Amino acid sequence: MNVTIVDYNSGNISSVINSFKEVARDKVNIEVTADLNKIKSSDKVVLPGQGSFKSCVDALNGIKGLVDTLNEFAINNKKPLLGICVGLQMFADIGFEEIETKGLGWISGKVSKIDNQNGKYKLPHIGWNQINIVKDSKIFKDIENNSHMYFVHSYEFIPEDKSVVSATTDYSSNIICSIEKENIFGTQFHPEKSDKTGLKIISNFIDL
Amino acid sequence: MLKNRIIPCLDVKNGRVVKGINFVDLKDAGNPVEQAKIYSDGGADEICFLDITASNENRDTIYDVVDKTSKKCFVPLTVGGGVRSVEDINKLLNCGADKVSINTAAVQNAKVVEDSSRKFGSQCIVVAIDAKRNNDGWEIFTHGGRNQTGINALEFASKMEKCGAGELLVTSMDKDGTQSGYDTELMQKISSAVNIPVIASGGVGTLDHLVDGIKSGASAVLAASIFHYGTYSVNEAKQYLASKDIPVRI
Repeated sequence: MNVTIVDYNSGNISSVINSFKEVARDKVNIEVTADLNKIKSSDKVVLPGQGSFKSCVDALNGIKGLVDTLNEFAINNKKPLLGICVGLQMFADIGFEEIETKGLGWISGKVSKIDNQNGKYKLPHIGWNQINIVKDSKIFKDIENNSHMYFVHSYEFIPEDKSVVSATTDYSSNIICSIEKENIFGTQFHPEKSDKTGLKIISNFIDL
Repeated sequence: MLKNRIIPCLDVKNGRVVKGINFVDLKDAGNPVEQAKIYSDGGADEICFLDITASNENRDTIYDVVDKTSKKCFVPLTVGGGVRSVEDINKLLNCGADKVSINTAAVQNAKVVEDSSRKFGSQCIVVAIDAKRNNDGWEIFTHGGRNQTGINALEFASKMEKCGAGELLVTSMDKDGTQSGYDTELMQKISSAVNIPVIASGGVGTLDHLVDGIKSGASAVLAASIFHYGTYSVNEAKQYLASKDIPVRI
């Protein structure tokens, strides 16, 4: 099996690579590339993302044919795709970080700044927070409810259809932190930095 | 609920841990990779390396340490010490650091903070502030505490927040190495002045000091020697904080 981590200059992805390689060992081949043919032929795709919504979208668009290839992979061919952090946020129609920016439009909704209640809550939301699993998700197999995950973000994805939400976390309000829509998965938290529980989520995705 | 973080810090020089450690299971007490692994297995919420390598020719040793650690530890890894430029930050991130802390360079040239947070995202830019009390508050120092700057710590903290720092690592130079507790007044003042998380550092000698650090408004507490010398394990520290009703990840 081939799992491709999309390397589209979205900032620091070395931890994502390390964690997937740790879980995959010799059983699964982990590719790190933006090569369109390699993405097309892979079984699963991971879409990481760090920095701002705009910078990630710009970086995706900066590689000719990449967005089309991802659309074909996830929407037409319905192959499993996992978005992490801004990788998840980009599923939205639109994001409001820096400037209004169009997303991939895979899951209707928007990405807006977390309401910090007039400075009552610090932003970014950094650190370990518990997830409240609200829907069975294949990537949560053997993950206990209220498990701790590592978060770093100031913006949140708000989908229109709440049935795609698989987990929320409590920070100033109930922030949506995981989604599953058919073959499309996303986590706002960083499984690659969430120790053994995070590695288990990665393993669940690889085992899909 | 967001948990308060406990961050053990390791001083690394020429690729080796500086102070001796008493852990029994450690094959090589001076090996930062093994040490970091013990901390992360013990429940450390993040790991911090402070590179204090003096000579330029040995500076590359830290890259190797970061690379090896990031392949074994799956909690966030912050690396600081001698970070001068956007290129230095890029190199550390590529080796597997999740965050980079910037001290002297941030004071000398705030543009490094602006440029790097724009390029890599605020989440990986930590500004380290070394502060010392003076007549009218706290003054920041650079070059590992050697150079006086005349800059007010609170003003500098706000400036760094505006430049795009994701977190502030605040060390009290008056307290560092004394084991007499954090400068809680400093932590409280800076935490209130900014809306980004503050990591308290400098002066921890007992577990109560960690409690005081969190109560002063810091989102995370950093400590070196109490964990270094095995006085307390990270897990003991967390259990203690939990017993004082401070939310931690256990």
